[in-house]
Amino acid sequence: MTTPVLSTHKLNKSFGQLVVARDIEIALPRGVRYALIGPNGAGKTTLINLMTGMLRPDTGSIMLGEEDITKLEPQARVKRGLVRTFQINSLFPDLSALESVTLAVLERRGDAPVWWRQLPSYGEAADEAYGILKSLSLGDHAYRTTRELAYGQQRLLEIALSLATRPHVLLLDEPAAGVPKEESEGLFAAIAGLSDDITILFIEHDMDVVFRFASRIIVMVSGGILLEGTPQEIASDPRVREVYLGGANHG
Amino acid sequence: MNSVVASAVTPHGYLQAQARWSPLEIAFWLAAFLPFVLFPTYLSLANQIAITALFALSLDLILGYAGIVSLGHAAFFGIGAYAAGIFSKYVWGEPITGLVFAGLCAGLVGFATSFIVARFKHLTLIMMTLGIGFLVHEIANAAHWLTGGSDGLQGVRLWPIFNYFNFDLWGYTAYSYALAVLFIVFVLSRRLINSPFGLALRGIRENSTRMPAIGADSRAHIRKIYTISTAIAGLAGGLLAQTTETVSLGSIDFQRSADVVVMLVLGGAGHLYGGILGAIIFMVARDQFSGINPQFWYFPMGVLLVAVVMFLPGGILGGLARLTARFRKNPS
Repeated sequence: MTTPVLSTHKLNKSFGQLVVARDIEIALPRGVRYALIGPNGAGKTTLINLMTGMLRPDTGSIMLGEEDITKLEPQARVKRGLVRTFQINSLFPDLSALESVTLAVLERRGDAPVWWRQLPSYGEAADEAYGILKSLSLGDHAYRTTRELAYGQQRLLEIALSLATRPHVLLLDEPAAGVPKEESEGLFAAIAGLSDDITILFIEHDMDVVFRFASRIIVMVSGGILLEGTPQEIASDPRVREVYLGGANHG
Repeated sequence: MNSVVASAVTPHGYLQAQARWSPLEIAFWLAAFLPFVLFPTYLSLANQIAITALFALSLDLILGYAGIVSLGHAAFFGIGAYAAGIFSKYVWGEPITGLVFAGLCAGLVGFATSFIVARFKHLTLIMMTLGIGFLVHEIANAAHWLTGGSDGLQGVRLWPIFNYFNFDLWGYTAYSYALAVLFIVFVLSRRLINSPFGLALRGIRENSTRMPAIGADSRAHIRKIYTISTAIAGLAGGLLAQTTETVSLGSIDFQRSADVVVMLVLGGAGHLYGGILGAIIFMVARDQFSGINPQFWYFPMGVLLVAVVMFLPGGILGGLARLTARFRKNPS
């Protein structure tokens, strides 16, 4: 068996009495599309925060390939290919879409500290950024300021920013949050069309979408992993039904 | 501004269009020569304006572009002023080397404090900068043997620039000198803003929490721009010391830190020209109003500040930019 691209070992995190991550063990193989589901408050976003370094675990470790990244700063993890998007748009309101993605490209290439050369001499970076925007059907909106973009386009820009970092592992926190159902199909089609080299883990509440786009599913409940399996296994598991139908259901 | 660009342009052309000098800018710098012809008796005021504009420009780089609010920026202005003054007194009176020394000293202290500044945000950050300002002020006050303390630094004597241009009583040389330094620093700042680093700074201003998620080391960026900004503030202070041949504690006190923030907010932060415009308005207003009533000249300034913040949240330049953008969208 090959080494998983991303794995966690006995990851724990509590805020006071509240346990938000309980002995989390996951191992994501290369290229798999994982869905992370569970009722609200199950700790899904917390898990992404832990893996990307926005939160520090109390105990446990996180491995990216062979490397222990538990103590690395968020930006250092991004440099190594572990990238996330945000459930609530976290963009650069006054930059144009093209400027935002170009910035991410320049940061990846290590050109961002350069202050003596002008941006126009980084045409390839801008072309690459434009290509990413175009692949997410934002080509016509590349020169518009982020704040002028429609909400659905801003969700796509979130993904464009993460793609510009050339991720190996992409963690998408409810990529379609707030997007009407008709549009979310298109958004997930764009995600499904991403390169097979990229391992994807996405949080999503819409079960139709989950069963269509995920090759494997992880179910979380109150900070712990309940089970992991193929969509068929998950769909037929009585415990999942109980979680979703018995009590704590918001999804 | 970006919305007006036709969708037919290439990404490369788009970036180029953003970095191009506009006719308005060229007109502005040509107008900077007008005082020589129109107001030859006001050249020492023009000199003060150019120096203050340089100081405001240095603050704009951190406040307008990286979103770092500093209430202690006069510390670096003052360090530059004292460094230039002391240099001329104890080393030699050659102005250019003295000015470079002023910038280096301020930049060095700026670099040392940048590690603190880069760690904090919001109110904590403002308090840090305020604290640094007070510290430096008190050090200058206490080191009477070196700075003259509250008596001011006396005995600053400058050689002619390039051993040829004497500092005259009317301020011809002083204004030319300050204007030249302002212009050179402005051109360099403009390059910086239109560089990848400048784009990263705007990213920090727009959303500092997102920056790490695209792999950016925001703290390194902040340390760098803070060091550059403090060095420029030091140049401005150095210019003041050299052209007035004296340094007082007033060059390093809180009032100066506060005034420069006011200028930048008036003119519009994040436009490079905002600080310059604010400095012109502020200094001319002070000159005119204090002529009428030397004690209450802050009153009209306060009214203007409240009005601008209420009705033009982006400052005067921000308001103008919005107006032209709206005009270009529906040219009726």
